[in-house]
Amino acid sequence: MEAADLVQIVLFIALITGLTPVLGLYMFKVFTGKPHILLAGFAWMEKSVYRFTRVDPDEETSWKEYTFGLLVFNLIGILFLFLIQICQLWLPLNPAKLPGVTWHSAFNTAVSFVTNTNWQGYAGETTMSYFVQLIGLTVQNFVSAATGIAVILAVVRGISRKTTHKIGNFWVDLTRSTLYVLLPLSVLLAVLLAGQGVVQNFKSYETIHTLQGQTQVIPMGPAASQIAIKQLGTNGGGFFNANSAHPFENPTPFSNFLQIFAIFLIPASLTYMYGKMVGSARQGWTIFTVMMILFLAGLSVSLLTEYSTNPAFGNLHFMEGKETRFGISGSVLFSVVTTDASCGAVNAMHDSLSPLSGMIAMINILVGEVIFGGVGAGLYGMIVFIILTVFIAGLMVGRTPEYLGKKIEAFEVRMAITANLVTSFAILVFTAWAVVSSYGLAGLNNAGPHGFSEIFYAYASAAGNNGSAFAGLNANTIFYNLTLGVTMLIGRFGVIIPVLAIAGSLARKNITPPSSGTFRTDNWLFITLLVGVILIIGGLTYFPALSFGPVVEHLLMKAGVAF
Amino acid sequence: MVRLKGGNMKTILVALKIFLFFTVLTGMAYPLLITGIAQIAFPFRANGSVISRRNQPIGCELIGQEFDSDRYFSSRPSAVSYNPLPSGGSNFGLTSFKLQTLVADRKRKFIEFNRLDPNIVIPSEMVFASASGLDPHISPRAAMMQVERVSAARRLTPAQKQDLLKEIERLIEKPQYLVFGKEKINVLLLNLKLDEIK
Repeated sequence: MEAADLVQIVLFIALITGLTPVLGLYMFKVFTGKPHILLAGFAWMEKSVYRFTRVDPDEETSWKEYTFGLLVFNLIGILFLFLIQICQLWLPLNPAKLPGVTWHSAFNTAVSFVTNTNWQGYAGETTMSYFVQLIGLTVQNFVSAATGIAVILAVVRGISRKTTHKIGNFWVDLTRSTLYVLLPLSVLLAVLLAGQGVVQNFKSYETIHTLQGQTQVIPMGPAASQIAIKQLGTNGGGFFNANSAHPFENPTPFSNFLQIFAIFLIPASLTYMYGKMVGSARQGWTIFTVMMILFLAGLSVSLLTEYSTNPAFGNLHFMEGKETRFGISGSVLFSVVTTDASCGAVNAMHDSLSPLSGMIAMINILVGEVIFGGVGAGLYGMIVFIILTVFIAGLMVGRTPEYLGKKIEAFEVRMAITANLVTSFAILVFTAWAVVSSYGLAGLNNAGPHGFSEIFYAYASAAGNNGSAFAGLNANTIFYNLTLGVTMLIGRFGVIIPVLAIAGSLARKNITPPSSGTFRTDNWLFITLLVGVILIIGGLTYFPALSFGPVVEHLLMKAGVAF
Repeated sequence: MVRLKGGNMKTILVALKIFLFFTVLTGMAYPLLITGIAQIAFPFRANGSVISRRNQPIGCELIGQEFDSDRYFSSRPSAVSYNPLPSGGSNFGLTSFKLQTLVADRKRKFIEFNRLDPNIVIPSEMVFASASGLDPHISPRAAMMQVERVSAARRLTPAQKQDLLKEIERLIEKPQYLVFGKEKINVLLLNLKLDEIK
């Protein structure tokens, strides 16, 4: 590792930290109905949405109605996406004449993009027509991210309001997130990426006769527009099979930096917005600090192991599954950020990471995607951990736990535990099923503990709505498409519903003014506790599984064993 | 959930309408806008950076090609043999016996092919397959190690060999904007230059 590698990392952290209050303040204005910079240009569009849909933007609803709207909207997304995949041969914009997608892969992909997972069991350039990529996948890239923002907005209102049952209007939150946050940022990023060499056209695939006289068919398509929102919305579904490792999807070291930056930008800024909305910027920075500590810890371990050596390869650096233009640092930084933030785009093949780097990627996902996390999803996942932390702290000192003046009672804790348990349950049970079944094992690309890791990673990624993979696993089978699809649904809505229930319950409560006995949630003691709770819950739940996979693989690798 | 049927129907209708709106806005208007801007501002890049020679498309600047002839500089190993349909890596873990065999094999072949000192340290990218299988770059060191072999195969005169070395120097891409990435060289561009020299 050289100084230049560090410069890139320091620049990244500085930019994210510096822009968090800027974008955070902007989002605060957008979502609290204050005047902001884009209102002049786009307010007419927002108004026309409400007129067209006959939504009264000032009419707020209870958490149940909010949830119902969210679920219906997402269900429509799944059905529509499923149908256009099945029928793509009869639809326009299919110059490569790609046939209809199989029913199980179409189900998996529909669920995958609606739940913001963007797990991909298929290869984009040989499976999906331009029509599906645009009308289906790009749209869900936007609205699934907007759904995440909507949920966190409902939670913030639950915390900051008192004695009401209204937590907002889902349609308004969805519209504002898309119009004022996701869309403008995507336009900016897409143009920057196209300038670096990301393709953006509607041409047929280009046939090339190479220097050596071979034929090479080069896929084309409207990639830049999709890749921008894929990164900004922490979606991660690649236009091409190799995702952000593909030279058309991520052509230069600078485009790589932009893509990594885009993953963290909104999730980090949301912490500041959160602080402003609950009336104390410090609360937001506390959460930001916890996320940053966990990010830096993971990054350090991952860099250290990738720059160490393996007896089998002598003094060679591990360049398997990595691109020359990104190098090891550019690949490791991407892998840590994308798994922290529930993005799941990859610029290196995680299957070929060293065992401990692969384990860091898994841990980032397994702790619930709360290290910055998915757009909105990271922060509401963190609120779940905060509730557990104040509950545990309350038990220790024998007081009724409180968070920002709200009493945390049995109902909130039960919901928080539910959100945690359903995902763990899905990951562990399905992994266990896959590793004892012939159809589960049939998909493996690697033997030994690494094979176990491939399966474990797949379910962790699905439940965490991450979408990255140890991609050697051939998951485009009926068994994997269905079980991973169900896991994604559980990992998304099994968390969103309890979280919205918490929001509804908190909104009804009164706010106790802080007193000298109030347990503070904006100091280093709380930061330490919260980090501890996140690691203990993630650690205790998954330590046995991690031991079977990456830990034992690392030890065997050091001993020179191969499979 | 206790609610009137009419309320549910209204929600479903709103959901359908708003879904339609976002499909038009983010699935049609937005990609068309970006296509318009990209096609005007960066037509070469937006259309795949295709390079032509004698009016024939000969390659994409960003997409690597397979070079196994001794008359060309070799690209990195590729799990898909530089066939972009579809792109991808080997996905072998580091404890994979297959990967370890492949690496040992590539190391031996690279040394023999380029007639190098058997104890030399080969740049890692030349023995490990890339993530996309389409990596267009190698390190400048990996290019320099192949100069003798390519010159011999093409019977370059000393003057032509000097030209080649100068071209290599010129084609080395420095870290982008000073900080991003390492020095690298595009194998396709290099081999195109090589064909021009002899």
